[in-house]
Amino acid sequence: MKERTIVLPGEELNAGEFQPGPGTYRADGRIYASVAGILSIRAPIVRVIPFSGPYIPQHGDVVIAVVKIIGPTYWLVDVGAPHYAPLHYSGTPWKIEYGECGEYLRPGDAIVVRIEAVDQNQRIGVTMNGDGLGRINGGIIEQISPTKVPRVIGKSGSMIRLLETSTGARMTVGQNGRVWIDGSQSSIYQVRQALQIIDREGQRSGLTDRIKLFLEQSHSA
Amino acid sequence: MGSVGAKDVPELLDAHGKRIDGRGLHDLRPLKIEAGVLQRATGSAFVEWGENKVMAAVYGPREVHPRHMQQNTKAVVQCRYNMASFSVDERKRPGLDRRSQEISKVIGEALESVLFVEEFPKTSIGIYIEVLQANAGTRCAGLVAASVALADAGIPMSDLVPAVAVGKIAGKLALDLRKEEDNYGESDVPMALVPRSGRLVLLQMEGHMTRDELKTAMDMGVKGCEKIYEIQKAALRNRYSLGGNGGGEAQ
Repeated sequence: MKERTIVLPGEELNAGEFQPGPGTYRADGRIYASVAGILSIRAPIVRVIPFSGPYIPQHGDVVIAVVKIIGPTYWLVDVGAPHYAPLHYSGTPWKIEYGECGEYLRPGDAIVVRIEAVDQNQRIGVTMNGDGLGRINGGIIEQISPTKVPRVIGKSGSMIRLLETSTGARMTVGQNGRVWIDGSQSSIYQVRQALQIIDREGQRSGLTDRIKLFLEQSHSA
Repeated sequence: MGSVGAKDVPELLDAHGKRIDGRGLHDLRPLKIEAGVLQRATGSAFVEWGENKVMAAVYGPREVHPRHMQQNTKAVVQCRYNMASFSVDERKRPGLDRRSQEISKVIGEALESVLFVEEFPKTSIGIYIEVLQANAGTRCAGLVAASVALADAGIPMSDLVPAVAVGKIAGKLALDLRKEEDNYGESDVPMALVPRSGRLVLLQMEGHMTRDELKTAMDMGVKGCEKIYEIQKAALRNRYSLGGNGGGEAQ
């Protein structure tokens, strides 16, 4: 395992010749960390991978949203960002008449959507047209820290595969830290437990081994 | 507090120059900080500083309530400092009062100056400070706790903010007053600074000090803040230790 350094806000990163990336800032010619996290230097950019933090929507993110408000031609959905995002009816696979949005999605319904547009004020638009997008039926949604999403997915999806094959549950991981789990009661329960371990210990090394161990123990129990 | 006759004033400094609790003039009270103590908040911290017990929780960035406070170019920092009714000797009437409004304002403004509020336009960052037990210096303790809670929440900030008070007791300057010293001393000067840039973000004064004394007091305060800064960083490192095989906490 390569050397991993924890940095804290205000800590100098001694990387003057690099470009300041996410989680850093430049002041009087030096680069400092702006969040607590793990230092990552990949020329020419130095960044800090945060331990925690808010979900910042990015173009193309697939996220799990909850419908909040029905409009005449759109819905307002909660994607875990500070503001609700509009989902226009043209962004759905259905043919909808003006004013009839409520017959397709009701407040409280969960949907998988993709972030389409993000402007400077972090106002976002979402769409439901695309592979793997659509309404969610059954299962549960678990919320973890958005910064731990890469650990839940694992290298090219290895962690998801591990969880799905050993529990039999089906999962969809949103970039906003919401995870939809569907399957039998016991498999959902196991995945939830595993997600809580990842949320708590995701920054430590040897995570996959610990999850494997946890799954084996819960199988034999 | 109330007024007391001179004969009731406790002896704040003994013959050896020791204070009521045995500290020297430049010593801090024992300070313990724990980050990430609350499940529901975005970030949190608990501070035990001498006999002070202060909890801080951070939410956000989230929608602004009330709406008219929303700012189009930056996040608003909404800070609430509150003392529990059981935090002081005689039951404190719960809720906002003149004093807690002032403290909420100065703490919020001190923290806003280190947060990158421009990154979250039209949002609000909520900071809630609850004083569970008070023994002088709670605004400093609250600020120390809140800045650790903000870092725990992962909200981008330029630095942590340590804070400490310097006061004047029995004619001498002393770091980090406790309750008796605050009540019967001559002056109390809380301050907070940004260690990286050396910028002061909070400076208040109660009572009197000469110009020279204030200068010395600020030097003492800066030294105190450096020690507190290290404890704040240790608390965050402890929270996110990179232990190999799970379970282990402190390293």
